Amino acid sequence: MQVLASDLLPLRTSADIVAVRRLVRTRAVELGFGLVEQTKLVTAASELARNAVEHGGGGTAMIETVENGARRGVRMRFEDEGRGIADIELALRDGYTTGGGLGLGLGGARRLMSELEVQSSAGGGTRVSAVRWR
Amino acid sequence: MERIPVLRMGEYLLVTIQVDMHDRLAMQLQDDLTDRIATTGARGVLIDISAVEMVDSFMGRMIANIAAMARILDAETVLTGMQPAVAITLVELGLTLDGVRTALNVDRGMALLRALVQVSAPTMRHPAESEDAHAGPGE
Repeated sequence: MQVLASDLLPLRTSADIVAVRRLVRTRAVELGFGLVEQTKLVTAASELARNAVEHGGGGTAMIETVENGARRGVRMRFEDEGRGIADIELALRDGYTTGGGLGLGLGGARRLMSELEVQSSAGGGTRVSAVRWR
Repeated sequence: MERIPVLRMGEYLLVTIQVDMHDRLAMQLQDDLTDRIATTGARGVLIDISAVEMVDSFMGRMIANIAAMARILDAETVLTGMQPAVAITLVELGLTLDGVRTALNVDRGMALLRALVQVSAPTMRHPAESEDAHAGPGE
């Protein structure tokens, strides 16, 4: 996979989540994603960015335009230094939440993306990498 | 502090969300709306989101909360103008907004709100303040 463009954004506040959404929208439009695809991508970005801010105590978002053969897409890599996720399968399940939310963030984001990978260990922070191909 | 304006029109409160809301702004709106319902005695709330390009689980929860709180404060809520792409994404995300009434546009939303408020009118707590209090339910 080749990275054509990348931007690293901080994730500390709710305004940072908005900035991530904006950049993801811009990249999606550049790649010619349709409106529904754009909306799914931006919504997934918002869920994942919020996870990093709320549960991970902040971190970073790397937003990339990637190419794999003839396919192009947007890849988002979120990293935080929070408590980590002890049971990733459980965290991906709808309705599972450790906060006060609906527990749709991670599982919902996975449905909105083409690929989503979570790496985490208790106490060691969380890394989420997600791609949506055009 | 930045705020989403809440307009009063008779016994209704109107909100048009035209910005990409960050979380604190969404929570501020939730607080402002419940305050305004309580202080004005509004019977209905219309929230237009036709300019909103994305609703994630946080915003969806906020909308559901507003509707639930309004209901407890004796006001009906109608959400109008959701873009099709937003609706598709919300359902895929797993959020179906059960318990939130919706209408395709503001016109239909106001009509729905009037109908809902009329139906619940006989249970009004302050009949002396309203001319409609003497009207029958079928009026």
